[in-house]
This record gives sequence, C-alpha cells and structure tokens, in this order.
Amino acid sequence: METALAQPKTKLWSGGRSPFNVSYGKLMMWYFLMSDSFTFGAFLISYGTIRFSVNAWADPNHVFNAFPFTGHTNLPLAFVSLMTFILIMSSVTMVLAVHDGHNMNRKGVEKWLFFTILGGLAFLGCQAWEWTHLITGRHEVLVDGVLQQWGTTVSHNPWGPHVEYNGQAVATPGPIAFGGYFFGITGFHGFHVFSGVVINAIMLVKTRLGHFEQRGHYEMIEKAGLYWHFVDLVWVFVFLCFYLI
Amino acid sequence: MSYETTTHIVPDAHDRDQVKRIWKTFWILLILTVAELSLGLSIYTIHKGADPNQFLVLIFKGIVCILTLAKAFYIISIFMHLGDEIRNLIMTIAVPATLFIWFIVAFLYDGNSWKNLRNTDAGSHPSTEHVQQHTAPAMEKGAKD
Repeated sequence: METALAQPKTKLWSGGRSPFNVSYGKLMMWYFLMSDSFTFGAFLISYGTIRFSVNAWADPNHVFNAFPFTGHTNLPLAFVSLMTFILIMSSVTMVLAVHDGHNMNRKGVEKWLFFTILGGLAFLGCQAWEWTHLITGRHEVLVDGVLQQWGTTVSHNPWGPHVEYNGQAVATPGPIAFGGYFFGITGFHGFHVFSGVVINAIMLVKTRLGHFEQRGHYEMIEKAGLYWHFVDLVWVFVFLCFYLI
Repeated sequence: MSYETTTHIVPDAHDRDQVKRIWKTFWILLILTVAELSLGLSIYTIHKGADPNQFLVLIFKGIVCILTLAKAFYIISIFMHLGDEIRNLIMTIAVPATLFIWFIVAFLYDGNSWKNLRNTDAGSHPSTEHVQQHTAPAMEKGAKD
C-alpha cells in the first residue's frame, strides 16, 4: 500500500525531469508574478481600507468623465473603457504572438509583437492624457471660507462633499489620500506597462535577429507574454477599484 | 504519402482550435467588460436620482466584483495558459492566492472600524468613560506598591 502510493511521487520528484513539466525560467516567472500580485494587492487593499475609513470619497463618475477633444462633455467611464479595450486587445495580440512562436512562425511572432507594443504605447499615451487632465484641470473648492481653484494632485483633492455657499452648492476638500492612491497605483501599473513595452521591444529585436530560431524555441516570448498578461490582469482590478465601484 | 498528409493535417486542426479559443476568450472578456460598464453607468444613474437606493447600488457593485473575478479567471486560465499546466503547478499558484480572502476581509473590516471610531469621536463616548473608572483605581494600587 505504502509503496504503491510512494511510487508516482518518487517518479515525479526524484530528478531527471521537471516535476511541474515547465522550464525553470517559466516557473520562476510565475512565482515572480505571484509576488508582484501581492504587491499590487497590498496597494489596492490599503486603498480600500482608507476608503472604508472615511465618510465621503470622490465619486469616480464625476472625477473621470472627460474624453479627449470633447471639451467639457460629461462622459463618465468612456475614456477608461477605451483604455481597458486597448489593453485587452494587446493581450490578445500577445497570446497570438506566443501561439505563432509555438509554430516556429517568425513572421507571425514579429507581426503580433509589433501590434502588442503598439497597444502598450497607446495605453501609456491614454494614461499620460488622463493624468495631465486631472492635474491641470482646475475645480472650484471652498477652503476655509474662501473659494479656490484646485487640480487633482497628491496634495489636493477638490472632490469632497458639497456645501451651501452664497446660495450655491460648492465642493469642499476631500480626503487627501485620493490623489496619492490614484497616482501611486495607476503610476505603478503604468510603470509595469512601460517595462512590458520595453521587454516586448527587446523580444521583437531578438526575434528579428533570429535568436529564437537559432535556439530552436520561442520560450522567451512565452515568458514575456506571461508578464504582459499579468499587466492586463492587474488593470482589470485597478479598473474595478478606481473607476467602477 | 498518406502518413505525411495526416501529420500535417492534425497540427493544423489543433492550431485552428487554439486560435479559435483565443478569440472566443477575447469576446467573453469584451462582453464581461461591457456588462461591467453598463452596471457602472446604472450606479451613476441611481446616484443622480433624488433618493438613491443604497442597497441596489451595493448589489450592483457586488455583481461587478464577481464579473471582474470571472475576467481574471479567463485571463489566467486561457491567455496565461495556467489551465493547460499540470495540477501541482496550478495549486502552487492558486493556494497562496487564497491569502487574499483573509487579506481583503480583515483590512476592509479594519477600515470600517476606523470609520466607526471617527464617527463616535474616537470612541470617547459614555461607554469608554465607564472603562476609565475601572482603570483608575488599579493605577492607584500600583502606585502604593
């Protein structure tokens, strides 16, 4: 009985083969991504804790209601939907690049990697626009009985609860943590997107130089792909925590 | 000759299935995102009303969270191919990730507790004064010793 149970285990772990049926590099990429998910998780949960601890928080539908070239039209969630769509699309092109890598199709890998990089750059451009719009867009706030014009920064939050002032509803300063969490977490995610674009660009150059063809496999594309999908995965949660709820 | 053709056809069929699966996942993700957006806009519309139904808002937010978890499942399982790995590898990723359940529950509960303390003047209401009466004699005893 005991030997019957021990038999498959010794076969799996006694050496000579990978017990997880993957290469060392790919396994370590998985564990790195898991640790990175805990970093992002800690940030997002810290944000959630602070948000739960205050009575009023900025309404995302009012903060994020702008779209490029539409002026002051009220378009809640529209621009961030576009950003989400861009990132999902670039995830699809990445998985197609990995797929063509499996088939040793160099031209296909090059094509899909190029589109993935393009998607990443488009996302970064969108984020740059959004940050600029938030920081430079001034909003009327009542601070100590005086009306001021505030942008949304790590030290100023013009999205607090409204009060009556000279017969008009005017916003008061909101919790200062809002800007810090928003720019901190989307910035950390944006940095991941940026490094993903750099990694994909290196992969594209190496593919063009025929490095993977000489090696006989495109596993590096798979590892870069894991990283890129992780960036998309994190965005799904950032999208949820900052824009939807 | 016939052997050659079969070896070429079988990977092609598998190939097409794989690509089909990728695009199917894309459509699922897109539909889930559109569903999330419509729920998000419904929350916005409810908030604009004169008397927002807080319970309905909470339910909608809960549904959005579940849809997000579904999206995360599809990205990890299909795009990252974790679903195609062997069970042991899946478990070394999935089991540590369950820490998030405690992580989220404990910290959001903590945040809520802070909010309650904030709204009751940091807990300095009659119930706390009662506790202080008990501690004061204990300190006197300690001073005598």
